[in-house]
Amino acid sequence: MSQHRLLVAATCLLVSSVALAQDATGTLQKIKETNTISLGHRESSIPFSYYNDKQEVIGYSQELMMKAVDAIKADLKLPNLKVTLTPVTSQNRISLVQNGTVDIVCGSATNNLERQKQVAFSTTIFVIGTRLLTKKTSGIKDFADLAGKNVVVTAGTTSERLLRKLNEDKKMDMSIISAKDHGESFLTLETGRAVAFMMDDALLAGQVANSKHPEEWAIVGKPMSNEAYGCMMRKDDPQFKKIVDDTFAKLMTSGEAAKIYAKWFMAPVPPKGLNLNFPMSDDMIEAYKHPNDMAFP
Amino acid sequence: MNYHWNWAIFLTETPSGSTTYMGWMLSGLEVTLALSLSAWIIALLVGGLMGVLRTVPNRWLSGIATVYVEIFRNTPLLVQLFIWYFVLPELLPTAMGDAIKSLNPFLQQFLAAMVCLALFTGARVCEQVRSGINSLAVGQKSAGLALGLTLPQTYRYVILPMAIRIILPPLTSEFLNIFKNSAVASTIGLLELAAQGRQLVDYTAQPYESFIAVTVMFMVINTVVMILMHKVEARVRVPGGGH
Amino acid sequence: MYEFDWSSIPGALPYLWIGMVMTLKITVVAIIAGIVWGTLLALMRMSPIKVLSWFGAGYVNLFRSIPLVMVLLWFFLIVPSLLVSLFDIPRSYDTRLISAMVAFSLFEAAYYSEIIRAGIRSVSKGQMGAANALGMSYAQAMRLIILPQAFRNMVPLLLTQGIILFQDTSLVYVSSLADFFGTAYLVGSRDGRLVELLLFSGAVYFIISFSASQLVKHFQKRTSL
Repeated sequence: MSQHRLLVAATCLLVSSVALAQDATGTLQKIKETNTISLGHRESSIPFSYYNDKQEVIGYSQELMMKAVDAIKADLKLPNLKVTLTPVTSQNRISLVQNGTVDIVCGSATNNLERQKQVAFSTTIFVIGTRLLTKKTSGIKDFADLAGKNVVVTAGTTSERLLRKLNEDKKMDMSIISAKDHGESFLTLETGRAVAFMMDDALLAGQVANSKHPEEWAIVGKPMSNEAYGCMMRKDDPQFKKIVDDTFAKLMTSGEAAKIYAKWFMAPVPPKGLNLNFPMSDDMIEAYKHPNDMAFP
Repeated sequence: MNYHWNWAIFLTETPSGSTTYMGWMLSGLEVTLALSLSAWIIALLVGGLMGVLRTVPNRWLSGIATVYVEIFRNTPLLVQLFIWYFVLPELLPTAMGDAIKSLNPFLQQFLAAMVCLALFTGARVCEQVRSGINSLAVGQKSAGLALGLTLPQTYRYVILPMAIRIILPPLTSEFLNIFKNSAVASTIGLLELAAQGRQLVDYTAQPYESFIAVTVMFMVINTVVMILMHKVEARVRVPGGGH
Repeated sequence: MYEFDWSSIPGALPYLWIGMVMTLKITVVAIIAGIVWGTLLALMRMSPIKVLSWFGAGYVNLFRSIPLVMVLLWFFLIVPSLLVSLFDIPRSYDTRLISAMVAFSLFEAAYYSEIIRAGIRSVSKGQMGAANALGMSYAQAMRLIILPQAFRNMVPLLLTQGIILFQDTSLVYVSSLADFFGTAYLVGSRDGRLVELLLFSGAVYFIISFSASQLVKHFQKRTSL
């Protein structure tokens, strides 16, 4: 079984680096035939992909995704390309990419080997650490303090699995609540149903910026993992992936991506006009310097 | 179609260890059954009481029952569930709300779903009980009263025993509905059968196996309940009361 | 005690209205398609041709034994990929709306067909015999004699089922479709005002469903006179 898995993982790595022969039913062909591209976005992944108060989708990942759409328009010579937006959740995004409902999702998806068996990931667009959000007064400083407590996490995320595993391995007796989306997870924390919310640090900062009393919250704990975000696309579609990857690489090496970063992480963002003050980590600087689509170990 | 069927997935151990994916499904089935059965018992009690109240000659009592039925029949189940789960603890006095919210999360979800399903179904049971009672000939009530029985005694010994037999068939369909409606509890995170199925899709990327398994389990529940209720109906049928 | 703050509702009304239009669209499409398909299913079930009646019965029993949430998830997550891999259809619009409409139509048809079957049965058998005696074929008799009468008797039940359907459309929540409820939930969680938005949406559903059911009752009284 495990040998089989290794083989699959190795094949996936090969596929992602070696361009396969032209695929007539590829995404680009579909886009050209229908003059439409279907984008997947998130509803409350602040500041990556979320709704503003006019129900428009905005955010760092959304902006990058729209740059890729521009490149596709130019490449296929489709100036009037129609863009449809479909909200996805952490739990259904992979299924929706696979079943063809959306062509690409740029939100806050971690690129890891397990998921690479199911979908392809673009060049890394962000790097996060998984940490905890809690009330400053809760007394929780790290994961060890969660023993016996109610903890919330968003369903379908890497954090959900890490937390469950931690709970089993260390016999921590936590009660884990899996919420539908980050907004619902934060609501669970805010209303006192959970004492901590485990998630990617940048997303936690985004939830704090959107909260009623940002000063009440603290992001704590040594990151349980560091993870690379990528946009998700269907597997085995090298032409489509290449356009997306090249677009991102160009943005990163030209310095334009850094400006987009500053706009979403170092300046006031909608809806409340709060600044996340989330400076670029070393991993992030490295990712911009050497664009690549590798999962973090 | 290039899909890799893998029914052995159910025998595979889950990433957090200690059980297989089949174990997840079975624990989901257990929750679905426990939730539906407990909600059904409450629904019968509430619905029975309210149904009787709707037929009594007292404006206040029948008014209360009417308000109950109209509210619970004219709002979506999903909205009711979210109100029980998200809204109620906030509206209660702070200490009480906090006490609820510090309960074990599973218990919170289970109780919210149970109360929700019970009162939602109760409103429907109430209407069946009312129409059952109303379908009895007026003469039965008069006969009971003429024999010197009080109104409660007339209900207890004359009207209800007949009404219950008449409403059994429509109640069967409400009983079936409660199992199906219990799947809505997955939206507040309760890990019942449908939610376990979705979680399995998320963990294994084998959507067909998971969805087929969940669907089949619901069909089995449906069939078993139908067979049982047919047996019950056959036993209590009013002899000669061709209805 | 909780302090209510209803201020996020006025600004969100235009979006809530768009959501309500979506809800009504799904409801109307599913009622119409459900009745049409439901009628066909009912006729199949009552047909003397074994294969047809088996299919009708099997279909109705299948859809009546699975939860609506599961049906919606099937159509949201599984059926699109199945159709694509079977027919290679490129899809250029919001498949969620289409799949929700199809799912509701197919699901409701099972329930409608039971109402319609009972309605057809309620028309006395003699009428079919009379129509046949007049030289009408089975199909003609159904179309011209039986169905019109059956439908007149069934209208209140069909409408009541429509009101239930209207409420059930809120379950498209599982596919993140922005119907009325989905929009209310979204606005509520965005502004941290879920309590207010949930109560508001409950009130709106209540007012619409209650008024509609009173209308149906009124209509029922008038026609039964």
